[in-house]
Amino acid sequence: MFYRETGQFKQSYAADSAVFPILQDRYGLAIVMAIAFVLIPMFGSEFLLASVMIPFLILSLGAIGLNILVGYTGLLSLGTAGFMGVGAYATYKLSTLFPQVNILVWILCSGFFSAGIGVLFGLPSLRIKGFYLAVATLAAQFFLQWCFVRVAWLYNYNPSGAIEVSGRTLFGIAITGPMATPVNRYYVVLGVVVVMTLIASNIVHGRIGRTWMAVRDMDIAAQLMGIRLLPAKLLAFAVSSFYCGVAGALMVFLWLSAAEPSAFDIKLSFLLLFMVIIGGLGSLIGSFMGAALIHILPIVIRALPESLGLPVAAATVEHLTYLIVGGLIIFFLIVEPHGLARLWQITKQKLRVWPFPY
Amino acid sequence: MLYNIFIDPFVQMVQMPDLLVQTLWEGLVSGVLYALIALGFVLIFKASGVFNFAQGIMVVFSALTLVGFYAKFSSWGFSGHAAAFLALLLAAGVMLVLAMLVERVVLRPLVNQPDIILFMATFGITYVLIGFGEIVFGGDPKQMIANELFLPSGSVDIEMLGGLVSLQKIDIAAAVIASLMIVGLALFFQKTRIGRALRAVADSHKAALSVGISLNQIWVIVWFAAGLVALVTGIMWGARSDVSFALEIVALKALPVLVLGGFTSVPGAIVGGLIIGIGEKLGEFYWGPLLGGGIESWLAYVIALVFLLYRPQGLFGDKIIERI
Amino acid sequence: MSLKKMILALSAASMLAMPAIEAANAEDSIYVPLFTYRTGAFAGSGAPIADGMHDYLTMLNERDGGIGGVKLVIEECETGYDTKKGLECYEAVKPKKPVMVNPWSTGITLPLIQKAGVDKIPVLSMAYGLSASAKGDVFPWIFNPPATYWDGFTQILNYIADQEGGGVDKLKGKKIGYIYLDASFGREPLPLIEQLSKELGFEAKLYPVAAADMQNQSSQWLSVRRDRPDYMILFGWGALNSTAVKEAVKTNFPMEKFISVWWPGEDDVRGAGDGAKGFKTLNWHAAGTDFPLIQDIQKYVVDAGKSQVSDKAKVGQVLYNRGVYNSMLIAEAIRTAQEVTGNKVVTGEDVRRGLENLNIDEARLKEIGLEGFTQPLKLSCNDHNGHQSNFVQSWNGTAFEKVTDYIAPMSDKVIPLLDEDAKSYAEKNAPWPERTEACDAS
Repeated sequence: MFYRETGQFKQSYAADSAVFPILQDRYGLAIVMAIAFVLIPMFGSEFLLASVMIPFLILSLGAIGLNILVGYTGLLSLGTAGFMGVGAYATYKLSTLFPQVNILVWILCSGFFSAGIGVLFGLPSLRIKGFYLAVATLAAQFFLQWCFVRVAWLYNYNPSGAIEVSGRTLFGIAITGPMATPVNRYYVVLGVVVVMTLIASNIVHGRIGRTWMAVRDMDIAAQLMGIRLLPAKLLAFAVSSFYCGVAGALMVFLWLSAAEPSAFDIKLSFLLLFMVIIGGLGSLIGSFMGAALIHILPIVIRALPESLGLPVAAATVEHLTYLIVGGLIIFFLIVEPHGLARLWQITKQKLRVWPFPY
Repeated sequence: MLYNIFIDPFVQMVQMPDLLVQTLWEGLVSGVLYALIALGFVLIFKASGVFNFAQGIMVVFSALTLVGFYAKFSSWGFSGHAAAFLALLLAAGVMLVLAMLVERVVLRPLVNQPDIILFMATFGITYVLIGFGEIVFGGDPKQMIANELFLPSGSVDIEMLGGLVSLQKIDIAAAVIASLMIVGLALFFQKTRIGRALRAVADSHKAALSVGISLNQIWVIVWFAAGLVALVTGIMWGARSDVSFALEIVALKALPVLVLGGFTSVPGAIVGGLIIGIGEKLGEFYWGPLLGGGIESWLAYVIALVFLLYRPQGLFGDKIIERI
Repeated sequence: MSLKKMILALSAASMLAMPAIEAANAEDSIYVPLFTYRTGAFAGSGAPIADGMHDYLTMLNERDGGIGGVKLVIEECETGYDTKKGLECYEAVKPKKPVMVNPWSTGITLPLIQKAGVDKIPVLSMAYGLSASAKGDVFPWIFNPPATYWDGFTQILNYIADQEGGGVDKLKGKKIGYIYLDASFGREPLPLIEQLSKELGFEAKLYPVAAADMQNQSSQWLSVRRDRPDYMILFGWGALNSTAVKEAVKTNFPMEKFISVWWPGEDDVRGAGDGAKGFKTLNWHAAGTDFPLIQDIQKYVVDAGKSQVSDKAKVGQVLYNRGVYNSMLIAEAIRTAQEVTGNKVVTGEDVRRGLENLNIDEARLKEIGLEGFTQPLKLSCNDHNGHQSNFVQSWNGTAFEKVTDYIAPMSDKVIPLLDEDAKSYAEKNAPWPERTEACDAS
């Protein structure tokens, strides 16, 4: 009743093949944008912006990158954190070598470096498939993490071995470093994420995305059809690593403000993989949902005893968080193995035919 | 430079042969330990097609259960060898209960789902076990009750090749126990009825069902067997260092072992483990200093990667046949 | 069907219902957050320190009703030694107006260095963190008493020189191995090691241990066997220490020549058995319960059931007393802040001045109940560290016993390096704010 499309006629092919053809979908998107751009910065506390929204957006961007590789192309990768690190260190080197150029330019350019590394480690994907490819990408992860520690040139020979982020501005407003307020950082991150999601959406809805999905479904058949496998797979690695690299640069410069190599360890790779699988393989909105569940839920659980006034020790809360998150992962997988995005799709489908059952 | 890479390590090997033997022995020991972890993976993958990421935390959890039971008995005044073996039995019982729970709660509802979903479910099991284990046992590291379990300590020092090669007795015990377990498992798979049923399930679930093999029972048995392997692994690892949650990351090292040996082969896990263990130690000891040290963290994976490029199914794995 | 709807509703509700984390402060109380790690790979070291810190401050509340009559609100935030969680804890406690933060991890301290001045919250990174933050005029908000890692390393070198007959020239030609955690904490002394090895003529051999591989050190110790260093120095934390001691015993490295920085505790050494006798660490305070203050803690907190310590025998162990020392610094800083500013309910800015004017002398130590526990400590506007001496303690199989007097650091070498490092840090992070906080005459 609410979601009906009667009366919505398209008068051009372009309108017909739009990503959001239904008017209600467009309204929904506008509402989400309004909440994100206006309501949250206006009413959100500093904690909400700095520890909830900014990490959520950055992790969603990384999850989109991983989703392109795992969800759309079917290439299981566990090296995501390493590629994020490449982006972060590339931005650091570029910004210290050319400090006059705006930091945002370097954050976006660092994606190309990490795309290059991604292509390099993606070369085995022609011969290796499935879980075996995951092991190959693990080699990338551990090797890159070792490089971040051992290659002192990467962190400008700092004695602490860590990168520190100094204050940088965009149009005169501080966006990195200690003077940057969470609101400013939030807007920059939100802007970058929205633009890059738009680009990702266009890519996956177009010819390239369909090529990847063909490779995922059955690569031998795709090859028979005329799709060249190596360029398709390498392109998937490149685009995916680009997104992960930008996410990593944003993570260091706009979220953590410093980074040691341990910030890009295997746990981060697994975290992103969880987000992608729980959110839904092959779905952009699923990346956001998975990131929300995996990142925001532990924060909610940690804050719950205090806001309810229950005296629970901090360590016990941590243990309970692990228990609850693990239980919820199993629960969601049983309820809907295709992820939260599929649940969302089913909801929309139900809304379209409501009040009829089918 | 070229001298350093290609000649100098071999010169070192010849100059200090006792260190070479020592390195080989250390590699053998760590290879055996990796193989033990890989064995648990192989068991579950063979029978249910699930890549059980929770094997690492099962190692830690089973060791903690054992130590926890023993500590409980000690606080009641009942300690010594008898208490240790009773604790061992009870820990095995707990792993059986865990296997039944996992089968009922996780595997049964997720029958027929794609592999990656089951892989993800084992991540969920990992988190649950971490949280539960930390609540029940606490986060501080514990001592493994090696003495009470008749595990030897101290070392055997052999004078050879102009120097000293010292073999820790616990390592020798680990190698012996691991070999016994491999032989036992191999006999189990070949000779007993249940073993044959397991192999049938590994070949094809539907065919096994049609012959009357109960899939649920088989899964409980196989997860229990993997739990026992995890318990033995936990005892061995814990006796060499402490029992703490830092151990579960070591389980990641089992992945290159599996890749080398093939995901479905028990002898492959052993051979793969030995190759990775020895290769890693030799590489780190002789070539590591050239790169500043610490290459152990990625050397195993690179070895596996290079190997995969030439033999994608591993040494003993089933050849991957793709049909359209 | 309805089940799925319920799930959707629940997940939507849980995502939308962000509980407001409001400052639940009573009118007069002082909020002290404790960043602890009782979970994760470093819990073995983190738990006793957390217990020591928590119990001392709780004892002050129970016995004295707080500091200067104002109660302390103590809250633990679990970081698991993870930088991201640590920053989340920092953001979560910021609205509650903490008077200082103790990150207990160099990885968490580094991002806070620039934030502390903007957020007006002093950071007390006791004996860890960025060594250069000892320079108060460059880092007015960061404090790292009683000694930096660079001081500690030179103290170990002085000890080795003493063992060899006295005088730093005895170090010439010696081979000194350095096994360390391959993270910012362990890598801190590396530039100092490079410089000193050139100046003093010893050969330094480095053995890094990756954090993910801490329990797997057989390769490093095989290399130690190959290289045969005369002495080994350990800069480890958590499982690294216990494994290092075990491996050293296994490879028959002479334990009397194995010296560590001040982090290993009794638990780390006990597991290695009798072979570990002779293992040495630095320390600046005593172990044991033979002090009126520790006995008060036992009486008011541990025996009263208000402590989370897992075993009463842990009270008085090295790391527990380390936590007590840290809390003593917190309490004395608050007290000094109350004196200097005249406010009872002090803020972060007040406590910063309290830390800068910190003067714990012998008389004060006796008043607190810690006579003979440690040396007096005095900080100043420019010296946020104190560069105190440490003594060497040796493991005799059941406890650590003090085997030397207090050994001074090589200040002539360390201070110029610290100055230079602070300057280059400020340059790399230009524009670095000039210090605007006034210096109270002391």
